[in-house]
Amino acid sequence: MTIVGLARLQFGVTTVYHFLFVPLTIGLAFLLAVLESWYVATGDAAYRKLVDFFGRLFLINFAVGVVTGILQEFQFGMNWAGYSRFVGDVFGAPLAVEALLAFFLESTFIGVWIFGWDVLPPRLHALTMWLVALGTSISAYWILTANAFMQEPVGYALRHGRAEMTDFFALLANPQLWVEFPHVEFAALATGAFFLAGISAYHLARGRQVTLFDRSFRLGVVVALVASLLVVVVGHAQARHLVRAQPMKLAAAEALWHTSPPRAPWILYASIDSVHRRNSHVLAVPDLLSILAYNRTVGRVPGIDAVQADYVRRFGPGDYVPPVFVTFWSFRLMVYAGSAMVLLAAWGVWLVAKERHLRARRYLRAMVWAVGLPYLANITGWLMTEVGRQPWTVFGLERTPEGVSAGVGAGAVGTTLVGFTLMYGAVAVAGTYLVVRYVRRGPGASEPRAAPAPSASPEPA
Amino acid sequence: MDLPTVWFVLIAVLFAGYFFLEGFDYGVGVLMPFVGRTDNERRAVVATIGPVWDANEVWLITAGGAMFAAFPRWYAAVFSGFYLPLALVLAALIARSVGLEFRSKEADPRWRRAWDAMIWAGSLVPPLIWGVAMANMLRGVPLDAHGDVVGGVVPLLSPYTLVGGLATVALLTLHGALYLCLKLPPELVGRAERLAYLVGGAATALYFAFVVYSYFATPVVARIGLDPGSIPVLAISSIVAVRFLLGRRLYGWAFAMNGAAIVLSVVLVFAILYPHVLVSTLRPSWSMTVAAAASNPYSLRVMSLLAVAALPVVLAYQAWSYAVFRRRVSLRDPFHY
Repeated sequence: MTIVGLARLQFGVTTVYHFLFVPLTIGLAFLLAVLESWYVATGDAAYRKLVDFFGRLFLINFAVGVVTGILQEFQFGMNWAGYSRFVGDVFGAPLAVEALLAFFLESTFIGVWIFGWDVLPPRLHALTMWLVALGTSISAYWILTANAFMQEPVGYALRHGRAEMTDFFALLANPQLWVEFPHVEFAALATGAFFLAGISAYHLARGRQVTLFDRSFRLGVVVALVASLLVVVVGHAQARHLVRAQPMKLAAAEALWHTSPPRAPWILYASIDSVHRRNSHVLAVPDLLSILAYNRTVGRVPGIDAVQADYVRRFGPGDYVPPVFVTFWSFRLMVYAGSAMVLLAAWGVWLVAKERHLRARRYLRAMVWAVGLPYLANITGWLMTEVGRQPWTVFGLERTPEGVSAGVGAGAVGTTLVGFTLMYGAVAVAGTYLVVRYVRRGPGASEPRAAPAPSASPEPA
Repeated sequence: MDLPTVWFVLIAVLFAGYFFLEGFDYGVGVLMPFVGRTDNERRAVVATIGPVWDANEVWLITAGGAMFAAFPRWYAAVFSGFYLPLALVLAALIARSVGLEFRSKEADPRWRRAWDAMIWAGSLVPPLIWGVAMANMLRGVPLDAHGDVVGGVVPLLSPYTLVGGLATVALLTLHGALYLCLKLPPELVGRAERLAYLVGGAATALYFAFVVYSYFATPVVARIGLDPGSIPVLAISSIVAVRFLLGRRLYGWAFAMNGAAIVLSVVLVFAILYPHVLVSTLRPSWSMTVAAAASNPYSLRVMSLLAVAALPVVLAYQAWSYAVFRRRVSLRDPFHY
């Protein structure tokens, strides 16, 4: 594999891995803050139990999210020195501001939160979790400001052979950012809500601690429904923006080799032939792509061939077609997972409204597995966004191979790729093991205080 | 002072803050197996840094982000040029953070011992590599005309840079020992104090050796002359003073003096570098200056305003978090780690 390929693979592996943990951090921090505020308001110990239980799961997740985030920041300079030099003037600022405004906030107050039980007054303690939740969302805003610049560069001028910032407020008001940020934010909330509902469902399905988990289940499904619906609504706005801002990405995500008829159908399934640039075995919903792109039933969506010709006129000769198969299927999987989330959450809310959820064993069991759906949607969503932007790192400004570090050899990139991947794997195994143990054990069982002697090592109570 | 210089100073401040704060976290991690003999004692050791280590680490992330934003060419050259060492630092930070969070979440002694080993190694490696990196900054690196550091990892390693690494490990470990004197349960303070004497001797010797070695191994004489000026003298006197303060059980003062030595050392490295950010060993004219590496004035102005607005608030709530957990840890605390 070339050095560009290795560096891309490393970026992909690190980013995907990092983003397995981030959405749950954002979503669950908010839900924990709500639960703890209820505890403070009502004095009901059940809420405290829930906060303890889900808080411990939150912390296991939080730790991994933080450290992989450091990698994320350092990786630009390590593997993508050319990119860093070219855009650092614009792109570096949101990262620095993110650290200053968000990372300090969440890291300081998570420490206070963990150790502050019985040290701080209850209201102040609840406030620290709100500040953590605020920090995670501010963090999302700034990192997406940086990403939105890669999708749709604004507020810059090309001077001295690099992109220099000319208008900070244009960066903050980037139209791409204002469809991307709410999409990610609501998706993160949905992730947290499905986690809350799914783990509650696990215990409800077994009839354990029903009065306790009934409360978290209700909160979970209601937030899951609202958040998933909002993700879909914002997603629609994103598609309408995409057809104007990055038409190639939309064409690739639709495997639309040629410009569509006036009433464009949305493909549910197709087998894609990227070599001959055609699809077969197509199953499609009439008019849906036109609705997606223009919010009306009539509207031609430009195809890959038309956009390619247009890009050649704008950017000079070159191949501007991203990997169609990956972009197409990551978009499908995201949409399918998101739709399933809306349906499951709506069903849950209906069951709760009828007070029938505790007897709906099959539904509760399904909800345990549904915890995976937002993860699938989050990851495939990023794959579509980032793979679909290729061959650009910064749309219209810099192509991916130009950004790679000139002074770093393929051997070094390959070595760290293998090393980090193994490490991620080990951490994921240990983390999953802990989460599964804690979930099965349920609340009430506090952390084991001291390790028993090696000779006698029964299961901790 | 022009804006690029302001940002050069600010980055020095961020690194000084990082080494001062995260420095004792690393030292505590390195000393944990020697201070904590039972599991409960080791939990007490971890609890001394429990509420604060995560935010301390953010100083590094902010320093890295500020380098990226204010000096993109410097950030690109250093991060790609110190590729494998930085990858090792990152691996160490992962192992350490995950270790701190995971170690007490399972009762199995093998589980805890394994994570303790991760915490130990993960606390030892970053100071070592940062020390090597700083020695390289002082000596100069093979920086080419395009602003890339060439030659891979081999030119970065030499007896001189290794002495720099060991001196940093010793200095930060001493910092950790003194912090433990302030925070450990009374039953364990004696151990931390003995370790502080032990490590303190090594730190003084290595630090002195590194300063002397710098005169022979780096172009420092050409830059600042034979008289090193007041900063290194102050730094060395601070380290020497630690020993006497320890003898009088003035732990707070000892900690402050050693902290001063750390901060002064970072300041010194940046002061010697200025007006360069990287010195090229290949050709003097390829050295990178503060002005040449900087972002455009508009970008720096925007960030200056944000930093001026946000930094005091950050400092205030971080200081508050230390005030909340100011008392000594007790062996009877409900440990969260």
